[in-house]
Amino acid sequence: MIRFLIFFIGLSLFSCAENKTSSPVFPSKIEGKQVPVSAKITEDKAIKDFIAPYKERIDDEMNKVLSYTPKILSKTDGEYNTPIGNMMADAVLEMAQPIFHQRTTKNIDAVLLNHGGIRANIDKGDITTKTAYNIMPFENEVVIVEITGAKLNDLFTYLTKAKRAHPIAGMQLILDKNNQIKKATIQGKPVDKNKTYYIATSDFLQQGGDNMLFFAHPKNLTILDYKLRNLFIDYFSKHPKINPIKDQRFIKE
Amino acid sequence: MKRRSFIQKASAATLLSTVGSTAFLSTAFKKPVSQKHITILHTNDVHSHIEPFPASHSRNPNQGGVAKRYTLIKQIRKENPNTLLLDAGDIFQGTPFFNFYGGELEFKLMSKLGYDAATLGNHDFDNSIEGLHAQLPNASFEILNANYNFENTVLNGKIKPYKVFVKDDVKIGVFGLGIELKGLVNQKMYKETRYINPVEIAQDITEKLKKDEKCDLVICLSHLGYHYKNDKIDDLKLAKQTKNIDLIIGGHTHTFLKKPTITQNSEGKNVLVNQVGWAGINLGRIDFYLDEAQKITNNKGASIIV
Repeated sequence: MIRFLIFFIGLSLFSCAENKTSSPVFPSKIEGKQVPVSAKITEDKAIKDFIAPYKERIDDEMNKVLSYTPKILSKTDGEYNTPIGNMMADAVLEMAQPIFHQRTTKNIDAVLLNHGGIRANIDKGDITTKTAYNIMPFENEVVIVEITGAKLNDLFTYLTKAKRAHPIAGMQLILDKNNQIKKATIQGKPVDKNKTYYIATSDFLQQGGDNMLFFAHPKNLTILDYKLRNLFIDYFSKHPKINPIKDQRFIKE
Repeated sequence: MKRRSFIQKASAATLLSTVGSTAFLSTAFKKPVSQKHITILHTNDVHSHIEPFPASHSRNPNQGGVAKRYTLIKQIRKENPNTLLLDAGDIFQGTPFFNFYGGELEFKLMSKLGYDAATLGNHDFDNSIEGLHAQLPNASFEILNANYNFENTVLNGKIKPYKVFVKDDVKIGVFGLGIELKGLVNQKMYKETRYINPVEIAQDITEKLKKDEKCDLVICLSHLGYHYKNDKIDDLKLAKQTKNIDLIIGGHTHTFLKKPTITQNSEGKNVLVNQVGWAGINLGRIDFYLDEAQKITNNKGASIIV
Protein backbone atom coordinates (compact mmCIF):
# COMPACT_ATOMS: atom_id res chain seq x y z
CA MET A 1 0.00 0.00 0.00
CA ILE A 2 2.68 2.48 1.02
CA ARG A 3 4.69 1.51 -2.01
CA PHE A 4 1.72 2.28 -4.21
CA LEU A 5 1.24 5.62 -2.52
CA ILE A 6 4.86 6.62 -3.02
CA PHE A 7 4.64 5.58 -6.61
CA PHE A 8 1.52 7.66 -7.08
CA ILE A 9 3.05 10.76 -5.51
CA GLY A 10 6.03 10.21 -7.77
CA LEU A 11 3.72 10.14 -10.77
CA SER A 12 1.95 13.32 -9.76
CA LEU A 13 5.25 15.11 -9.20
CA PHE A 14 6.36 13.93 -12.62
CA SER A 15 3.20 15.45 -14.07
CA CYS A 16 3.83 18.73 -12.24
CA ALA A 17 7.34 18.84 -13.65
CA GLU A 18 5.78 18.82 -17.11
CA ASN A 19 3.40 21.61 -16.09
CA LYS A 20 0.30 19.59 -16.83
CA THR A 21 -2.03 19.47 -13.88
CA SER A 22 -5.47 19.31 -15.42
CA SER A 23 -7.46 16.56 -17.09
CA PRO A 24 -7.04 15.83 -20.78
CA VAL A 25 -8.82 18.21 -23.10
CA PHE A 26 -10.09 17.59 -26.61
CA PRO A 27 -10.56 19.91 -29.56
CA SER A 28 -14.21 20.96 -29.75
CA LYS A 29 -13.77 23.61 -32.42
CA ILE A 30 -10.98 24.17 -34.93
CA GLU A 31 -10.55 27.15 -37.21
CA GLY A 32 -8.06 27.18 -40.05
CA LYS A 33 -7.05 29.94 -42.39
CA GLN A 34 -4.18 31.45 -44.32
CA VAL A 35 -2.87 34.90 -43.47
CA PRO A 36 -1.26 36.61 -46.48
CA VAL A 37 2.02 38.39 -45.74
CA SER A 38 0.76 41.13 -48.01
CA ALA A 39 2.34 44.27 -49.43
CA LYS A 40 0.54 46.58 -47.01
CA ILE A 41 1.89 45.03 -43.79
CA THR A 42 4.56 47.17 -42.11
CA GLU A 43 8.00 45.64 -41.72
CA ASP A 44 9.23 45.18 -38.16
CA LYS A 45 12.06 47.68 -37.80
CA ALA A 46 14.27 45.66 -35.45
CA ILE A 47 14.23 42.72 -37.87
CA LYS A 48 14.84 44.96 -40.88
CA ASP A 49 17.80 46.59 -39.14
CA PHE A 50 19.21 43.19 -38.24
CA ILE A 51 19.08 42.08 -41.88
CA ALA A 52 20.58 45.32 -43.27
CA PRO A 53 24.33 44.63 -42.86
CA TYR A 54 23.94 41.12 -44.29
CA LYS A 55 22.12 42.59 -47.28
CA GLU A 56 24.68 45.34 -47.82
CA ARG A 57 27.53 42.89 -48.16
CA ILE A 58 25.55 40.82 -50.65
CA ASP A 59 24.55 43.86 -52.69
CA ASP A 60 28.16 45.08 -52.87
CA GLU A 61 29.28 41.70 -54.12
CA MET A 62 26.31 41.16 -56.42
CA ASN A 63 26.64 44.54 -58.10
CA LYS A 64 30.30 44.04 -58.96
CA VAL A 65 30.63 44.45 -62.74
CA LEU A 66 32.45 41.51 -64.29
CA SER A 67 31.78 41.76 -68.02
CA TYR A 68 29.56 43.29 -70.67
CA THR A 69 27.16 42.13 -73.38
CA PRO A 70 26.07 44.43 -76.22
CA LYS A 71 22.78 42.52 -76.61
CA ILE A 72 20.24 40.65 -74.52
CA LEU A 73 20.84 36.89 -74.38
CA SER A 74 17.86 34.58 -74.03
CA LYS A 75 17.41 30.83 -74.23
CA THR A 76 14.62 31.38 -76.74
CA ASP A 77 17.06 32.95 -79.25
CA GLY A 78 17.26 29.80 -81.40
CA GLU A 79 15.65 26.44 -82.03
CA TYR A 80 18.65 24.08 -81.83
CA ASN A 81 21.38 26.34 -80.49
CA THR A 82 21.32 29.73 -78.81
CA PRO A 83 24.02 32.35 -78.15
CA ILE A 84 23.50 32.07 -74.37
CA GLY A 85 23.64 28.27 -74.41
CA ASN A 86 26.72 28.29 -76.66
CA MET A 87 28.41 30.75 -74.31
CA MET A 88 27.63 28.54 -71.30
CA ALA A 89 28.88 25.32 -72.92
CA ASP A 90 31.99 27.09 -74.27
CA ALA A 91 32.65 28.54 -70.81
CA VAL A 92 32.55 25.07 -69.25
CA LEU A 93 35.01 23.77 -71.86
CA GLU A 94 37.36 26.73 -71.46
CA MET A 95 37.34 26.88 -67.65
CA ALA A 96 37.09 23.18 -66.73
CA GLN A 97 39.58 21.82 -69.28
CA PRO A 98 42.81 23.11 -67.64
CA ILE A 99 41.74 21.81 -64.22
CA PHE A 100 40.74 18.43 -65.63
CA HIS A 101 43.96 18.15 -67.61
CA GLN A 102 46.08 19.05 -64.62
CA ARG A 103 44.39 16.39 -62.49
CA THR A 104 44.12 13.54 -64.99
CA THR A 105 46.38 14.50 -67.96
CA LYS A 106 43.28 13.84 -70.13
CA ASN A 107 41.32 16.35 -72.18
CA ILE A 108 37.63 17.16 -72.22
CA ASP A 109 36.23 16.20 -75.65
CA ALA A 110 32.84 17.83 -75.36
CA VAL A 111 30.29 19.52 -73.10
CA LEU A 112 26.56 18.89 -72.69
CA LEU A 113 24.33 20.99 -70.45
CA ASN A 114 20.53 21.21 -70.50
CA HIS A 115 18.32 23.89 -71.99
CA GLY A 116 16.11 23.90 -68.88
CA GLY A 117 19.18 24.69 -66.80
CA ILE A 118 19.44 28.20 -68.30
CA ARG A 119 17.41 29.86 -65.56
CA ALA A 120 17.32 33.48 -66.75
CA ASN A 121 18.10 35.89 -69.57
CA ILE A 122 21.23 38.01 -69.52
CA ASP A 123 20.21 41.62 -70.00
CA LYS A 124 22.04 43.95 -72.37
CA GLY A 125 24.78 45.95 -70.66
CA ASP A 126 26.89 45.19 -67.61
CA ILE A 127 27.22 41.62 -66.45
CA THR A 128 27.52 41.40 -62.67
CA THR A 129 27.95 38.65 -60.11
CA LYS A 130 24.18 38.69 -59.85
CA THR A 131 23.96 37.65 -63.52
CA ALA A 132 25.74 34.40 -62.66
CA TYR A 133 23.31 33.81 -59.77
CA ASN A 134 20.38 34.49 -62.08
CA ILE A 135 21.42 32.10 -64.83
CA MET A 136 22.60 29.47 -62.33
CA PRO A 137 20.81 29.76 -58.97
CA PHE A 138 21.45 26.13 -58.06
CA GLU A 139 24.51 24.61 -56.44
CA ASN A 140 25.25 22.21 -59.31
CA GLU A 141 28.84 21.47 -60.15
CA VAL A 142 30.92 20.33 -63.08
CA VAL A 143 31.62 16.62 -63.48
CA ILE A 144 33.46 14.84 -66.28
CA VAL A 145 32.23 11.43 -67.38
CA GLU A 146 34.22 8.95 -69.44
CA ILE A 147 31.75 7.19 -71.72
CA THR A 148 32.05 4.71 -74.58
CA GLY A 149 31.51 5.56 -78.23
CA ALA A 150 28.23 3.61 -78.07
CA LYS A 151 26.98 5.79 -75.22
CA LEU A 152 28.08 8.87 -77.16
CA ASN A 153 25.87 7.70 -80.02
CA ASP A 154 23.03 7.46 -77.46
CA LEU A 155 23.78 11.07 -76.55
CA PHE A 156 23.41 12.16 -80.18
CA THR A 157 20.18 10.14 -80.47
CA TYR A 158 18.91 11.86 -77.32
CA LEU A 159 19.63 15.32 -78.78
CA THR A 160 17.97 14.33 -82.05
CA LYS A 161 14.79 13.25 -80.29
CA ALA A 162 14.78 16.08 -77.75
CA LYS A 163 14.72 18.77 -80.48
CA ARG A 164 15.74 21.31 -77.88
CA ALA A 165 18.65 23.71 -77.78
CA HIS A 166 20.53 21.81 -75.10
CA PRO A 167 23.87 23.64 -74.89
CA ILE A 168 26.79 21.72 -76.42
CA ALA A 169 30.45 22.38 -77.15
CA GLY A 170 33.13 20.26 -78.84
CA MET A 171 30.46 18.40 -80.82
CA GLN A 172 28.49 19.05 -83.97
CA LEU A 173 25.10 17.58 -84.81
CA ILE A 174 23.33 18.25 -88.10
CA LEU A 175 19.84 16.88 -88.68
CA ASP A 176 18.27 16.51 -92.12
CA LYS A 177 14.76 17.61 -93.04
CA ASN A 178 13.33 14.35 -91.68
CA ASN A 179 15.02 14.80 -88.32
CA GLN A 180 17.57 12.07 -89.08
CA ILE A 181 21.22 12.48 -88.15
CA LYS A 182 23.14 13.76 -91.17
CA LYS A 183 26.38 14.49 -89.37
CA ALA A 184 27.50 13.81 -85.81
CA THR A 185 31.09 14.61 -84.88
CA ILE A 186 33.14 15.08 -81.74
CA GLN A 187 36.34 17.11 -81.90
CA GLY A 188 35.69 17.27 -85.66
CA LYS A 189 35.70 13.48 -86.12
CA PRO A 190 32.95 10.85 -86.38
CA VAL A 191 32.25 8.73 -83.31
CA ASP A 192 34.67 5.81 -82.89
CA LYS A 193 32.82 2.98 -81.18
CA ASN A 194 36.05 1.55 -79.81
CA LYS A 195 37.11 4.76 -78.15
CA THR A 196 36.03 6.39 -74.92
CA TYR A 197 35.26 10.10 -74.62
CA TYR A 198 35.41 12.66 -71.83
CA ILE A 199 32.23 14.72 -71.58
CA ALA A 200 31.80 17.57 -69.12
CA THR A 201 28.32 18.08 -67.71
CA SER A 202 26.64 18.93 -64.41
CA ASP A 203 26.22 16.53 -61.50
CA PHE A 204 22.46 16.96 -61.89
CA LEU A 205 22.49 15.63 -65.47
CA GLN A 206 25.04 12.92 -64.69
CA GLN A 207 22.64 11.60 -62.07
CA GLY A 208 19.83 11.19 -64.58
CA GLY A 209 18.41 14.71 -64.67
CA ASP A 210 16.41 15.41 -67.86
CA ASN A 211 16.54 11.66 -68.51
CA MET A 212 20.14 11.76 -69.79
CA LEU A 213 20.58 8.08 -69.02
CA PHE A 214 23.77 7.71 -71.13
CA PHE A 215 25.61 9.46 -68.28
CA ALA A 216 24.67 6.78 -65.74
CA HIS A 217 27.38 4.31 -64.71
CA PRO A 218 30.26 5.94 -66.65
CA LYS A 219 33.61 4.19 -66.97
CA ASN A 220 35.05 7.01 -64.89
CA LEU A 221 33.59 9.99 -63.11
CA THR A 222 35.71 13.01 -62.19
CA ILE A 223 34.26 15.56 -59.78
CA LEU A 224 36.06 18.88 -60.11
CA ASP A 225 34.57 20.53 -56.99
CA TYR A 226 33.82 23.49 -59.22
CA LYS A 227 30.31 24.92 -59.03
CA LEU A 228 28.83 25.98 -62.35
CA ARG A 229 27.93 29.39 -60.95
CA ASN A 230 31.51 29.99 -59.84
CA LEU A 231 32.70 28.82 -63.23
CA PHE A 232 30.52 31.45 -64.94
CA ILE A 233 31.73 34.14 -62.50
CA ASP A 234 35.32 33.21 -63.38
CA TYR A 235 34.52 33.16 -67.11
CA PHE A 236 32.89 36.62 -67.00
CA SER A 237 35.82 37.97 -64.96
CA LYS A 238 38.23 36.65 -67.59
CA HIS A 239 36.32 38.18 -70.54
CA PRO A 240 35.62 41.94 -70.23
CA LYS A 241 33.08 41.59 -73.06
CA ILE A 242 31.09 38.62 -74.33
CA ASN A 243 29.22 38.52 -77.62
CA PRO A 244 28.23 34.91 -78.32
CA ILE A 245 26.43 34.01 -81.54
CA LYS A 246 24.17 31.31 -82.87
CA ASP A 247 26.33 29.00 -84.99
CA GLN A 248 26.38 25.63 -86.79
CA ARG A 249 27.07 23.33 -83.82
CA PHE A 250 23.52 21.93 -83.66
CA ILE A 251 21.24 22.68 -86.58
CA LYS A 252 18.48 21.25 -88.71
CA GLU A 253 18.79 21.69 -92.47
CA MET B 1 3.20 0.52 -20.87
CA LYS B 2 0.33 -1.80 -20.00
CA ARG B 3 1.96 -2.44 -16.64
CA ARG B 4 2.17 1.26 -15.94
CA SER B 5 -1.47 1.95 -16.69
CA PHE B 6 -2.43 -0.98 -14.45
CA ILE B 7 -0.41 0.47 -11.62
CA GLN B 8 -1.94 3.86 -12.18
CA LYS B 9 -5.45 2.47 -11.99
CA ALA B 10 -4.59 0.36 -8.98
CA SER B 11 -3.00 3.25 -7.15
CA ALA B 12 -5.85 5.58 -7.94
CA ALA B 13 -8.30 3.06 -6.48
CA THR B 14 -6.13 2.63 -3.41
CA LEU B 15 -5.96 6.35 -2.86
CA LEU B 16 -9.66 6.86 -3.13
CA SER B 17 -10.01 4.66 -0.10
CA THR B 18 -7.19 6.39 1.73
CA VAL B 19 -8.74 9.29 3.54
CA GLY B 20 -6.80 12.45 4.34
CA SER B 21 -3.84 12.44 2.03
CA THR B 22 -5.99 12.40 -1.07
CA ALA B 23 -7.30 15.93 -0.89
CA PHE B 24 -4.33 17.83 -2.31
CA LEU B 25 -3.52 15.10 -4.77
CA SER B 26 -6.99 14.98 -6.26
CA THR B 27 -7.09 18.72 -6.74
CA ALA B 28 -3.69 18.64 -8.30
CA PHE B 29 -4.93 15.97 -10.63
CA LYS B 30 -8.32 17.30 -11.55
CA LYS B 31 -8.36 21.02 -11.75
CA PRO B 32 -11.54 22.27 -13.44
CA VAL B 33 -10.80 23.52 -16.91
CA SER B 34 -12.41 26.28 -18.82
CA GLN B 35 -12.11 26.24 -22.58
CA LYS B 36 -8.53 26.38 -23.82
CA HIS B 37 -7.39 28.19 -26.93
CA ILE B 38 -4.21 27.22 -28.73
CA THR B 39 -3.04 28.96 -31.92
CA ILE B 40 -0.66 27.28 -34.33
CA LEU B 41 1.17 29.49 -36.81
CA HIS B 42 3.20 27.90 -39.56
CA THR B 43 5.38 28.39 -42.62
CA ASN B 44 6.96 26.01 -45.13
CA ASP B 45 9.50 26.18 -47.95
CA VAL B 46 10.54 29.72 -47.12
CA HIS B 47 13.71 29.03 -49.15
CA SER B 48 15.84 31.86 -47.79
CA HIS B 49 13.26 34.51 -48.80
CA ILE B 50 14.34 36.91 -46.10
CA GLU B 51 13.24 40.06 -47.93
CA PRO B 52 9.85 40.68 -49.55
CA PHE B 53 9.65 40.05 -53.28
CA PRO B 54 10.76 43.18 -55.18
CA ALA B 55 8.15 45.75 -56.18
CA SER B 56 8.81 44.84 -59.82
CA HIS B 57 7.98 41.14 -59.28
CA SER B 58 5.31 40.00 -61.73
CA ARG B 59 3.36 37.76 -59.35
CA ASN B 60 4.08 38.71 -55.75
CA PRO B 61 5.25 42.34 -55.64
CA ASN B 62 6.24 43.44 -52.10
CA GLN B 63 4.84 40.23 -50.61
CA GLY B 64 6.48 38.10 -47.94
CA GLY B 65 9.64 38.90 -46.02
CA VAL B 66 10.67 38.03 -42.48
CA ALA B 67 10.16 41.55 -41.07
CA LYS B 68 6.53 41.63 -42.22
CA ARG B 69 5.93 38.11 -40.99
CA TYR B 70 7.14 39.20 -37.56
CA THR B 71 4.67 42.10 -37.48
CA LEU B 72 1.85 39.59 -38.07
CA ILE B 73 3.17 37.10 -35.54
CA LYS B 74 3.43 39.76 -32.83
CA GLN B 75 -0.17 40.84 -33.49
CA ILE B 76 -1.44 37.27 -33.24
CA ARG B 77 0.59 36.56 -30.07
CA LYS B 78 -1.02 39.64 -28.52
CA GLU B 79 -4.44 38.15 -29.33
CA ASN B 80 -3.44 34.77 -27.95
CA PRO B 81 -0.19 34.27 -26.05
CA ASN B 82 -0.74 30.50 -26.24
CA THR B 83 0.68 30.33 -29.72
CA LEU B 84 3.16 27.92 -31.28
CA LEU B 85 5.22 28.92 -34.33
CA LEU B 86 6.34 26.05 -36.58
CA ASP B 87 8.07 25.46 -39.91
CA ALA B 88 7.86 22.42 -42.21
CA GLY B 89 11.31 22.56 -43.80
CA ASP B 90 13.26 23.84 -46.81
CA ILE B 91 14.33 26.83 -44.79
CA PHE B 92 17.50 27.02 -46.90
CA GLN B 93 18.32 27.73 -50.56
CA GLY B 94 16.73 30.12 -53.00
CA THR B 95 18.38 33.51 -52.54
CA PRO B 96 22.00 34.71 -52.21
CA PHE B 97 21.43 35.03 -48.44
CA PHE B 98 21.92 31.27 -48.33
CA ASN B 99 24.81 31.20 -50.80
CA PHE B 100 26.68 33.86 -48.84
CA TYR B 101 25.95 32.92 -45.24
CA GLY B 102 25.09 29.22 -45.43
CA GLY B 103 21.83 29.47 -43.48
CA GLU B 104 23.19 31.56 -40.61
CA LEU B 105 20.73 34.42 -41.18
CA GLU B 106 17.74 32.12 -41.73
CA PHE B 107 18.30 30.37 -38.38
CA LYS B 108 19.12 33.59 -36.50
CA LEU B 109 15.96 35.27 -37.77
CA MET B 110 13.75 32.28 -36.99
CA SER B 111 15.19 32.35 -33.46
CA LYS B 112 14.41 36.08 -33.17
CA LEU B 113 10.86 35.48 -34.39
CA GLY B 114 10.48 32.88 -31.65
CA TYR B 115 9.96 29.77 -33.73
CA ASP B 116 9.26 26.79 -31.46
CA ALA B 117 10.18 24.00 -33.88
CA ALA B 118 10.99 23.16 -37.49
CA THR B 119 11.54 20.00 -39.47
CA LEU B 120 14.15 19.33 -42.16
CA GLY B 121 13.52 19.60 -45.89
CA ASN B 122 15.72 18.16 -48.61
CA HIS B 123 17.21 21.59 -49.41
CA ASP B 124 18.35 21.98 -45.82
CA PHE B 125 21.10 19.51 -46.82
CA ASP B 126 22.25 21.69 -49.75
CA ASN B 127 25.38 22.80 -47.91
CA SER B 128 25.93 19.19 -46.84
CA ILE B 129 25.11 17.67 -43.48
CA GLU B 130 28.21 19.39 -42.05
CA GLY B 131 26.97 22.76 -43.31
CA LEU B 132 23.64 22.16 -41.57
CA HIS B 133 25.40 21.00 -38.42
CA ALA B 134 27.54 24.15 -38.38
CA GLN B 135 24.41 26.34 -38.32
CA LEU B 136 22.70 24.54 -35.41
CA PRO B 137 24.14 26.92 -32.77
CA ASN B 138 22.20 29.73 -34.50
CA ALA B 139 18.87 27.95 -33.97
CA SER B 140 17.28 28.46 -30.57
CA PHE B 141 14.28 26.43 -31.73
CA GLU B 142 14.03 22.65 -31.89
CA ILE B 143 14.75 20.85 -35.15
CA LEU B 144 12.62 17.72 -35.27
CA ASN B 145 12.81 14.64 -37.44
CA ALA B 146 11.72 11.12 -36.59
CA ASN B 147 12.43 9.16 -39.79
CA TYR B 148 16.04 9.98 -40.61
CA ASN B 149 18.59 7.81 -38.84
CA PHE B 150 21.56 10.12 -38.18
CA GLU B 151 23.53 7.56 -36.14
CA ASN B 152 26.57 7.58 -38.42
CA THR B 153 26.56 11.31 -39.09
CA VAL B 154 27.55 14.55 -37.32
CA LEU B 155 23.88 15.14 -36.52
CA ASN B 156 23.74 12.09 -34.26
CA GLY B 157 21.92 13.10 -31.08
CA LYS B 158 21.32 16.66 -32.35
CA ILE B 159 17.93 16.15 -33.97
CA LYS B 160 15.05 14.99 -31.75
CA PRO B 161 12.16 12.94 -33.14
CA TYR B 162 9.55 14.99 -31.26
CA LYS B 163 9.02 17.59 -28.59
CA VAL B 164 6.13 18.14 -26.21
CA PHE B 165 5.13 21.76 -25.62
CA VAL B 166 2.84 22.86 -22.79
CA LYS B 167 0.77 25.98 -23.43
CA ASP B 168 -1.95 26.99 -20.94
CA ASP B 169 -1.83 23.47 -19.52
CA VAL B 170 -2.47 21.91 -22.93
CA LYS B 171 0.13 19.34 -23.98
CA ILE B 172 1.04 19.60 -27.64
CA GLY B 173 3.21 16.88 -29.15
CA VAL B 174 5.05 17.92 -32.32
CA PHE B 175 7.05 15.47 -34.43
CA GLY B 176 8.84 15.78 -37.77
CA LEU B 177 8.91 13.65 -40.93
CA GLY B 178 11.24 14.04 -43.92
CA ILE B 179 11.16 12.97 -47.55
CA GLU B 180 13.42 10.25 -48.98
CA LEU B 181 16.64 12.08 -49.83
CA LYS B 182 17.96 9.58 -52.37
CA GLY B 183 17.44 11.01 -55.85
CA LEU B 184 16.67 14.48 -54.51
CA VAL B 185 19.95 15.28 -52.84
CA ASN B 186 23.46 14.19 -53.78
CA GLN B 187 24.46 11.42 -51.38
CA LYS B 188 27.74 13.14 -50.61
CA MET B 189 25.61 15.90 -49.06
CA TYR B 190 23.46 13.77 -46.75
CA LYS B 191 26.19 11.14 -46.23
CA GLU B 192 25.12 8.19 -44.06
CA THR B 193 21.66 9.59 -43.21
CA ARG B 194 19.26 6.66 -43.51
CA TYR B 195 15.62 7.13 -44.45
CA ILE B 196 13.02 5.13 -42.52
CA ASN B 197 9.41 4.49 -43.61
CA PRO B 198 7.56 7.54 -42.28
CA VAL B 199 4.22 5.74 -41.84
CA GLU B 200 5.54 3.16 -39.37
CA ILE B 201 7.46 5.82 -37.49
CA ALA B 202 4.39 8.07 -37.35
CA GLN B 203 2.26 5.20 -36.02
CA ASP B 204 4.77 4.51 -33.23
CA ILE B 205 5.37 8.12 -32.27
CA THR B 206 1.72 9.19 -32.23
CA GLU B 207 0.95 6.22 -29.98
CA LYS B 208 3.73 7.34 -27.67
CA LEU B 209 2.66 11.00 -27.72
CA LYS B 210 -0.95 10.12 -27.02
CA LYS B 211 -0.57 7.27 -24.52
CA ASP B 212 2.74 7.89 -22.72
CA GLU B 213 3.17 11.64 -23.05
CA LYS B 214 -0.61 12.20 -22.68
CA CYS B 215 -0.68 14.88 -25.34
CA ASP B 216 -3.95 16.71 -25.92
CA LEU B 217 -2.91 17.66 -29.45
CA VAL B 218 -0.57 15.90 -31.87
CA ILE B 219 0.96 17.84 -34.76
CA CYS B 220 3.07 16.38 -37.55
CA LEU B 221 5.57 18.66 -39.30
CA SER B 222 5.97 16.96 -42.65
CA HIS B 223 8.26 17.60 -45.59
CA LEU B 224 6.81 14.63 -47.52
CA GLY B 225 4.69 16.68 -49.93
CA TYR B 226 0.94 17.31 -50.10
CA HIS B 227 -0.14 14.72 -52.67
CA TYR B 228 1.29 12.48 -55.41
CA LYS B 229 -0.83 10.48 -57.84
CA ASN B 230 1.50 7.48 -57.60
CA ASP B 231 2.30 5.36 -54.53
CA LYS B 232 4.83 7.81 -53.09
CA ILE B 233 3.94 8.66 -49.51
CA ASP B 234 2.39 12.11 -49.04
CA ASP B 235 0.51 14.04 -46.37
CA LEU B 236 -2.94 12.87 -47.46
CA LYS B 237 -1.83 9.21 -47.50
CA LEU B 238 -0.08 9.65 -44.16
CA ALA B 239 -3.29 11.04 -42.63
CA LYS B 240 -5.26 8.02 -43.87
CA GLN B 241 -2.78 5.45 -42.58
CA THR B 242 -2.35 6.82 -39.07
CA LYS B 243 -4.43 7.82 -36.06
CA ASN B 244 -4.07 10.34 -33.25
CA ILE B 245 -2.74 13.12 -35.49
CA ASP B 246 -4.81 16.33 -35.25
CA LEU B 247 -2.88 18.43 -37.73
CA ILE B 248 -0.34 17.79 -40.48
CA ILE B 249 1.63 20.86 -41.48
CA GLY B 250 3.13 20.07 -44.86
CA GLY B 251 5.79 21.30 -47.24
CA HIS B 252 7.98 20.33 -50.21
CA THR B 253 5.35 20.57 -52.97
CA HIS B 254 4.93 24.37 -52.54
CA THR B 255 1.18 23.76 -52.52
CA PHE B 256 -1.11 26.76 -52.27
CA LEU B 257 -4.39 25.58 -50.72
CA LYS B 258 -7.50 27.75 -50.79
CA LYS B 259 -8.18 26.44 -47.31
CA PRO B 260 -6.81 23.68 -45.08
CA THR B 261 -7.84 20.18 -46.19
CA ILE B 262 -10.07 18.10 -43.91
CA THR B 263 -9.46 14.39 -44.38
CA GLN B 264 -10.03 11.24 -42.32
CA ASN B 265 -7.57 9.04 -40.44
CA SER B 266 -7.56 5.24 -40.16
CA GLU B 267 -10.31 5.46 -37.54
CA GLY B 268 -12.48 7.80 -39.62
CA LYS B 269 -11.70 10.82 -37.45
CA ASN B 270 -10.95 14.20 -38.95
CA VAL B 271 -7.37 15.28 -39.62
CA LEU B 272 -6.46 18.73 -40.83
CA VAL B 273 -3.73 19.01 -43.51
CA ASN B 274 -2.35 22.42 -44.34
CA GLN B 275 0.42 23.94 -46.46
CA VAL B 276 0.89 27.61 -47.35
CA GLY B 277 2.72 27.74 -50.69
CA TRP B 278 6.32 28.87 -50.39
CA ALA B 279 8.74 31.79 -49.96
CA GLY B 280 6.95 33.13 -46.89
CA ILE B 281 4.13 34.67 -48.92
CA ASN B 282 1.62 33.33 -46.40
CA LEU B 283 1.42 32.41 -42.75
CA GLY B 284 -0.79 29.45 -41.85
CA ARG B 285 -3.02 29.83 -38.83
CA ILE B 286 -4.92 27.05 -37.07
CA ASP B 287 -6.90 27.80 -33.88
CA PHE B 288 -7.77 24.91 -31.59
CA TYR B 289 -10.46 25.37 -28.92
CA LEU B 290 -10.29 22.53 -26.39
CA ASP B 291 -12.71 21.31 -23.73
CA GLU B 292 -12.95 18.43 -21.29
CA ALA B 293 -14.58 15.36 -22.81
CA GLN B 294 -17.94 15.67 -21.02
CA LYS B 295 -18.42 19.20 -22.34
CA ILE B 296 -18.23 18.04 -25.93
CA THR B 297 -21.75 17.07 -26.97
CA ASN B 298 -20.98 16.39 -30.62
CA ASN B 299 -19.61 12.82 -30.71
CA LYS B 300 -18.13 13.24 -34.19
CA GLY B 301 -15.30 15.27 -32.68
CA ALA B 302 -14.47 18.88 -33.24
CA SER B 303 -16.41 21.13 -35.54
CA ILE B 304 -13.96 22.41 -38.10
CA ILE B 305 -14.35 25.80 -39.71
CA VAL B 306 -12.07 26.44 -42.66
